[in-house]
Amino acid sequence: MPISTTPIEELTYEQAFAELESIVNALEANQLALEESLALFERGQALSHYCAGLLDRAELRVTQLTDTRSGPLDE
Amino acid sequence: MFQSSLFQPVSISVSDLTRYVRTLLENDSVLQDIWVLGEISNLSRPASGHVYFTLKDQSSALRCVIWKTSAARLRLPLQNGMAVEAHGQISLYERDGQYQLYIDSMRPAGEGYLYQEFLRLKARLEAEGLFDEERKRPIPARPRRIGIVTSPTGAALQDMLNTLRRRYPLAEVCVAPAAVQGDDAPAALVAAMRAVCSLFQPDVVLLARGGGSLEDLWAFNDEWVVRAVAALPVPVICGVGHETDFTLCDFAADLRAPTPTGAAELCSCEIGEVAGELDDLRGRLENSILFRAQLYRRALADQAAQLAYVSPIRRVQNDRQRVDTLAARIDRSMRHVLELKNARARGMASRLAALNPLAVLGRGYAVVRTGTGRIVRSAGEVIPGDMLDIRVAQGRIQADVTGTEPTP
Repeated sequence: MPISTTPIEELTYEQAFAELESIVNALEANQLALEESLALFERGQALSHYCAGLLDRAELRVTQLTDTRSGPLDE
Repeated sequence: MFQSSLFQPVSISVSDLTRYVRTLLENDSVLQDIWVLGEISNLSRPASGHVYFTLKDQSSALRCVIWKTSAARLRLPLQNGMAVEAHGQISLYERDGQYQLYIDSMRPAGEGYLYQEFLRLKARLEAEGLFDEERKRPIPARPRRIGIVTSPTGAALQDMLNTLRRRYPLAEVCVAPAAVQGDDAPAALVAAMRAVCSLFQPDVVLLARGGGSLEDLWAFNDEWVVRAVAALPVPVICGVGHETDFTLCDFAADLRAPTPTGAAELCSCEIGEVAGELDDLRGRLENSILFRAQLYRRALADQAAQLAYVSPIRRVQNDRQRVDTLAARIDRSMRHVLELKNARARGMASRLAALNPLAVLGRGYAVVRTGTGRIVRSAGEVIPGDMLDIRVAQGRIQADVTGTEPTP
């Protein structure tokens, strides 16, 4: 399994989680050379710390469009 | 109520009959939840606050009552001659033996046409396949970007934002404000849906509005809006009105939510669930490497044992032992030779000692030499006057020859 070289900070939570998942699956399948599996493990650990950090700090980001044609706003 | 058949059939009282008929009416489910269309006449509003009138059409009349509490909730200004649809239950006014409609809500008769229109449009769009199940796209379980099309001032928006904030703060939300009722609403809703899709590229769109009357929700039955919902490039969740309100947008959307809050819930999962999943994965990650390390360690130990078995070190050790044995043998034999030589040397020494001429001197012999050191073996070798040197066991003696007497 090729190890992604994308810097972890550039990943979204979903991307990081998906990568972590595929790393765990690859490690569990147990068909890798030791050196490769250690490198994967390290990347996996970094990903899991990153994901946990994102969850801890998560805050809903809200923006509002202003340029849609909108009529009177009543409800 | 009735006598047993042993007796003649007897009459029952009017009251009993009336009560019996009332029970029949009140047990009929159709009569207890019914909409009736007619025109108001004989409207009467006594000081009690209750409202009485007759609903009639070309051929029949129906007595109607609106109790004070229901009357207070009516938003419709009633007048004689008005065509209305009234909802309520049929029961019996026992004093007059008169069945009546006890009304709890009313609407102008025109809404009935709206509903007919709704059904016609629904049938048409349905026939086109716009509401087909196969058209429904799955809602992403973890949408990263959520577009919301709703009124920017309604409680529905705050409900949705609060729900997302609480449940799934990982998401990014873009609100596309739109009028959700009135004549401009359909155009505004369509523009907002298209804008949020093209400008924000959401993973899912929530189309929402709080509760309201059938008229209030009407924009969500507009053909243009319904078609726009079906044509959006991403899945749409429609949460309009309350649980019991259905709009055509609900049918066209990929998923119908009972309320705006419900819509927000359907496109989000609890962050606790997300964290739990992450923990599971982290556990599996660690286990996988531990398992692997154990595996490697065991394999390594096996190989090491194997290696030791075939190792040349053994032979080296064997050879080493032979060398040691030889060395010991050499050592032993050398010592033997040395001892032998030693003994021989000691024997030589004693033999040498025995040959020592000086040993003879011990027995009283002496060695006599001339002054030049020549040993004197015969008296004739010296003459009187010669100096002699006499060696005895202990020391030397110098003597002069005073006479000789050679042996004949």
